[in-house]
Amino acid sequence: MAHDKHEQVDAVSGVTTTGHSWDDIQELNNPLPRWWLWTFYACIAWAIAYCIAYPAWPLVSSYTKGALGWHSRDAVTADLDALKQQRSGMTAKLAASSLDEIRQTPELFAFARAQGKAAFGDNCAPCHGAGGAGAKGYPNLNDDDWLWGGSLAQIDQTIRHGARSTSDQGHSGSMPAFGRDGMLKREEILQAADYVRSLAGLPTDKSANLAAGAKVFADNCAACHGEKGLGNQDLGAPNLSDKIWLFGSDKATIVEGLMNGRGGVMPTWHGRLDDTTIKALTLYVHSLGGDQAR
Amino acid sequence: MADAPLPHPLGASADDAPLYAPRKQIYPQAVKGRYRTIKWIVLAITLGIYYFLPFIRWDRGPNAPDQAILVDLANSRFYFFFIEIWPQEVYYITGLLVLAALTLFLMNAVAGRIWCGYLCPQTVWTDLFYAVERWVEGDRRERMRQDKGKLTLPVLGRKALKHVIWLMIAWWTGGAWVLYFADAPTLVYDLATFQASFVAYLWIGILTFTTYTLAGFMREQVCTYMCPWPRIQAALTDEYALNVTYRYDRGEPRGSVKKNDVLKLQGLPAGDCIDCNQCVAVCPTGVDIRKGLQLDCIQCGLCMDACDNVMVKVGRPQGLIAYDTDMNVQARIEGRPEVRRIVRPRTLFYAGLMTVVGLVMIGSLAMRQSLYLSVMHDRNPLYVRLSDGSIRNGFTIRVANKTLDERRYSLTLEGLPEARIDVVGGDLDQQGRPTVTVGPDQTLEARVLVTDTSSRAEDSVPLRFVLTDLATGDTTSTNDHFKAP
Ligand code: SF4
Ligand code: SF4
Repeated sequence: MAHDKHEQVDAVSGVTTTGHSWDDIQELNNPLPRWWLWTFYACIAWAIAYCIAYPAWPLVSSYTKGALGWHSRDAVTADLDALKQQRSGMTAKLAASSLDEIRQTPELFAFARAQGKAAFGDNCAPCHGAGGAGAKGYPNLNDDDWLWGGSLAQIDQTIRHGARSTSDQGHSGSMPAFGRDGMLKREEILQAADYVRSLAGLPTDKSANLAAGAKVFADNCAACHGEKGLGNQDLGAPNLSDKIWLFGSDKATIVEGLMNGRGGVMPTWHGRLDDTTIKALTLYVHSLGGDQAR
Repeated sequence: MADAPLPHPLGASADDAPLYAPRKQIYPQAVKGRYRTIKWIVLAITLGIYYFLPFIRWDRGPNAPDQAILVDLANSRFYFFFIEIWPQEVYYITGLLVLAALTLFLMNAVAGRIWCGYLCPQTVWTDLFYAVERWVEGDRRERMRQDKGKLTLPVLGRKALKHVIWLMIAWWTGGAWVLYFADAPTLVYDLATFQASFVAYLWIGILTFTTYTLAGFMREQVCTYMCPWPRIQAALTDEYALNVTYRYDRGEPRGSVKKNDVLKLQGLPAGDCIDCNQCVAVCPTGVDIRKGLQLDCIQCGLCMDACDNVMVKVGRPQGLIAYDTDMNVQARIEGRPEVRRIVRPRTLFYAGLMTVVGLVMIGSLAMRQSLYLSVMHDRNPLYVRLSDGSIRNGFTIRVANKTLDERRYSLTLEGLPEARIDVVGGDLDQQGRPTVTVGPDQTLEARVLVTDTSSRAEDSVPLRFVLTDLATGDTTSTNDHFKAP
C-alpha cells in the first residue's frame, strides 16, 4: 500500500481517490449507497436498543440487567419445561410400566436407554466412568460380574438404596480388617492370599503353603465368599474364582484387602433422582452388561 | 503538481463526495424482441414451476406422503419424485449443489452472466414487478412524468394499486415456499382457516417482506451491491465467454442518421449507432452498454432487442449490440480473423465434471439399498474382560428400514469364527441368530455385544457385521474392529 499525494483524482472516472493504491490499482472514494448507510445506522440503533433491553455490559461484580428483565437462566428453565412437556407422553409411559414391560417394548426401551445414558453421565460417571468402565474400586458395569446382582430388579435396588449408604434399605456387609483388627496373624494373611490366588487359577509362589491358606480361608472367609470362593451377592462378597478383580489380583493388593478390609460405598439415589430417572438408569446400566449377557 | 493539497491522514481529501449517494431511479422502457420473448418464456416456466410444483402428486403407497416434492422436516425425509432422501444421505443434496455450481460455471464460461439475465430469481421477480408497474403506471415516459409531477389522487390510486398487486405476488411467493414443507392442499386449507402453525405464517411473512423489498424496491441494487456472483463471476470468466457487447468497431463514431450519412458520402468514418439512447432507456440496471462491459450489466439482452428494433427502422443490419467478445471486436478492428470457441478446455472441463458428478449420483441412487446399517464401537471401555476370561466388545448399531413395511433382520458376524454376538433386547430367529425388528420407514438403535472366547494374541481383529432381511434376503454389511487387551 502506498500513499501517493500527487494522484488525488482518478483520471478515468474523475472521482477522488482515497490515496490507497495496491499494485497501481487505486481505491476510488465513491460514496456509499443510501440504503447501505441507513442499514448501518439501523444496526447501530439496534445495538443501542439491545444494550438497553437486554443484559449487555459487564460491571465490576455484576452486569447491566437490561430493561426487559430477560435472564438466560429463565430461558433455560423455560426450554427445559418445554422439553419435559414434549417428552411427557413417553415419560408417563415409563412411569406406568414395570422394568420388564419397558424392556419388552422396543420403543420405550430405546427411550429409557437414551434418558438413562444422559442421567448416567450426570450422576454416575464420576465414579463409574463415562461409559461405565469403572476404575480400581469402582466396578466396571460392562462386564458380567455383579457384586450385588445384575438382574433388572437387583440393579434397581442397588441404584435406589445404594450400598453401605445412608439408607437403611441399602445393601450392607463389608470385608473385615483382619490384620488391623488383629483377627489374623500376618503369616495367616499371607497364606490366605496365596490360597485366594490359587482359587482364581493365578500362579502362586513355590513356597506357598496352600493347605494352611485353605484352612485360614475356610475358617474366616468362606462364611461370606463361599467355600469355593464363588462369592455371595446378598452380602456383596465378590466371586474370588473368576477373572475380574475390583481392586487388583496381585498378592500385595489382596494382602492389603485382608489387612485393612474393603467396603466401597454406593450412594443412595432414591429421593435424589425421580422414580422414572432411576428406572431409565436401571435399564441403561442393565443393557451395558446385565445378566442377559452371561 | 507541487501545490496539490496535502492528503487527509485517512486518504480522504477536502473535496470529498457526500457521505451517501442517493439512488438514481431507473425507468426501464418496455421493449419487444427475441431476448424479451425468451425472458417471458423463462419467467413463465420458472415461476410456474415454483408456484405449482407442490401440488403435483406422486403415489408412494399407503404409508408415505403423496407429494412429489416434499421436505418433511418433522420426519427428516426429503421426497423428490421417485427419490426419497434420508438424513444419512444428505450427500445427495450436496451433490445437487455441486451440480448447480458447475452448471453456473459452465454457463459463465459460455456466455458470462447469462444466469443473472435470465434465470436468477432476483431478475425474474424484478421483471415481473416491473411488468406490473408498467401495466399500472404506464411506460417509461408516463412514469417519469408522473414522478416529477404532483402527487394527485389518481397518481396515489395508481401507486396504491401497484403496491397491492406487488404485495399479493410477494405473499403468494412466501405462501408457495411453505407448501414445500407440508402437504400442500392441507396446508392451503389450514392457512386459509388460520389453523396452520405459527412457523408457517412466520415464513410467509418473511418471504413476503423479502420479495416485496428486493423485487419492488432494491431491484438492480441487489445485483450491483449485494450479490456476490458478479465478483466471483469476474474471476471465473475468460476472454472467450460471450457477453452482451456493443460492437464499437461498427457503431463508432456515432451520430444522427443524417449526419452519418453525410459523413459516409464524404468518405469519412461513420458508425452505425445513431445515438438514440434506446439501449440505455430499456436497461433495467441503467447501464450504458456502449461504455463497455460493466459490473452493473446483468446481461439480460434487452439492449440488444432495443437496438435491433432501431436498426430495422433505419435500415441497417441488426446485431450492433450482440453476444460477442471484446477480443473479437479488437480482432475485427485490426483485421484479424474472429475466434468463436464455445468448445474449449474450460467448457469441456466443466461439462466433464458435471457428467461425472451426475453419473456418480445416478449410479449411487440406483444402487442404494432399502436397508442401512451403521456400527459404532464403544469407546469407553474399548473392551471388557468377563469373569471367565473371555473378551467382550460393545457396539451401538443403527438400522434403517427404508421400506414401507415392518421388517425383521438377522445380524451375523464375519471375521471372528469363535465369537458370539448378542443384541440387547433382541430375539433369535430359527437358526439362533440374533434379530432386530424395525418398523416401516424407521430407524432403530440397538446395543450389540460381541464376546470372543478364543485367546488370540492380536489386539485388533477386523470384523464385519452382516444384516440380512429375513423376508427378502437382502443384505448389507459394515466393517469394524474387535479390540482386545
Ligand atoms: S446493458 Fe443491456 S444486457 Fe446489460 S443489463 Fe442493461 S439491458 Fe441488460
Ligand atoms: S440502441 Fe443501438 S443505435 Fe441506439 S444508442 Fe444504443 S447502440 Fe446506438
